[in-house]
Amino acid sequence: MSKTAVHIDNLSVYYGQVPAITGVCLDVADGEYLGIIGPNGGGKSTLLKAILGLIPATVGTVQVYGNNPGKSRSMVGYVPQFAALDKQFPITVLEVVLTGRLKQGLSLFFKFTKEDKKAAYDFLEKVGIESLANRQISELSGGEFQKMLIARALAVNPRLLLLDEPTASVDVGSRDQIYDLLAELNKNMTIILVTHDMLAISSQISRLACLNGYLVYHGEPELNENIVNNLYGCPVDLIAHGVPHRVLKEHEEGKQIDNGNI
Amino acid sequence: MIMAIFEYQFLQNAFIASILASIVCGIMGVIIIEKKLVMMSGGIAHTSYGGVGLGYLMGFEPIIGAFLFSICAALGIGYIKRKSGTRSDVVIGLFWSLGMALGILFVALMPGYPPDLSSYLFGSILSVTKANLYLMVSLTFIVIFVIVLLFNDWKAYLFDEEFASIIGIKTVFLDYLLLILIAMSVVVLIRVVGIILVIALLTAPAATAGILTSNLKKRMIYSVLLGSVFCIAGLWISYVINIASGAVIVIVSVIFYLSAYVVRSSYVRIKRKRIATSNM
Repeated sequence: MSKTAVHIDNLSVYYGQVPAITGVCLDVADGEYLGIIGPNGGGKSTLLKAILGLIPATVGTVQVYGNNPGKSRSMVGYVPQFAALDKQFPITVLEVVLTGRLKQGLSLFFKFTKEDKKAAYDFLEKVGIESLANRQISELSGGEFQKMLIARALAVNPRLLLLDEPTASVDVGSRDQIYDLLAELNKNMTIILVTHDMLAISSQISRLACLNGYLVYHGEPELNENIVNNLYGCPVDLIAHGVPHRVLKEHEEGKQIDNGNI
Repeated sequence: MIMAIFEYQFLQNAFIASILASIVCGIMGVIIIEKKLVMMSGGIAHTSYGGVGLGYLMGFEPIIGAFLFSICAALGIGYIKRKSGTRSDVVIGLFWSLGMALGILFVALMPGYPPDLSSYLFGSILSVTKANLYLMVSLTFIVIFVIVLLFNDWKAYLFDEEFASIIGIKTVFLDYLLLILIAMSVVVLIRVVGIILVIALLTAPAATAGILTSNLKKRMIYSVLLGSVFCIAGLWISYVINIASGAVIVIVSVIFYLSAYVVRSSYVRIKRKRIATSNM
């Protein structure tokens, strides 16, 4: 039995009186590539934030490499949803990645060393945007921005990488590159990926968790109709997401388009 | 006026006060704009009016009262926002008017004729005293020191507070520290432009600098320089035509910002058109 990266026992998180997730038990082994899917509002981001220690568990426990989430921060890299960030902030790509090299606590008169800068360039090269190092972040495309955030997370030198919808609003080419990169990174680190993107789920991940307020499914990355019904309440949604042209079939010429508005 | 500066102590004080105010609003203004704390700064500034009133009532220097009140306002607003999750604009609004109300109450309780408070409301740079200057110098020094000391942590915190907290930077501490620095800046600025006009001096130079450069450090430096130009130009005009310095400085700043904005946007439009036509 390999080591446990994340151990979640009977976790419930409430926002005020409203439960976001209830009774989640989940173990993530070291080296695993876990995909978490579920509908909007299903608690995917909440679960990530509980693992990061950003929100406290109302009931239950979360342990990351045997410690409380707050204690294991230097081991965890996090790629947030990029819509949450201010893209007008005056900062260059390299400076963003360098923030991943900052020490814990507060560092007085901190200067980045040559090694820090070299490491930052290496990570930018790894994600394939080293030529953009001195660009302002306001000049990046969605895909480039996302790759920069991954480079920043890697700069922490994490053993566990958490990603929150890294391919949302990213062009198709970048999306494939990001998934290839994650598969490559998975050789050295544990990855937890929250996504809407069904393509990712089918191909690369080693385990799958389906979350809709509670843990609908956890196991091999194979979905059956029963799980999908519990997850989304409607199987068409799933097909529409993964294989867009299936939806188009319903809109063939000459047909009423009413169905499409449901 | 240049000769007069060497001649009159009050003009020298006014000159130094303008420079100090420009330094503070240059550095803090950039942070306040990026962190979207403009209304928070306004709230802290107006709450300090209560301290001015208390100073008059109890017979100590009103600016010390303003200092205490603005620090309490900063910590109070920050604490309530963090603990209760109440929307910060509500808390800011309450502190804002509570501070003003307390100021009015304290002044009303004073025996005898009420003092003229307009110099605190609208600024009176020509009446800055030596004692005021000492306070301003020390607060300016603290603000610069704290920002330079933790510059890289500030940058990470300002760009993405959540990530900074995940990698173990003490963001809660930085949160409160930033609010205290804002309170200190407000106190430095009160004598120059007054409580009501503080927001303009915190935002106009920084926003103008934001049009000119997109490097955080350069933005702060430009903003300090622009602030100095605005303040000294305003000081000169106010000396010549003898009206409240704060009002003149604010008007100069805002006019300059608007012109920079217009010039910049027409430049961008012309340039875009040229690129578009050359691509055709």
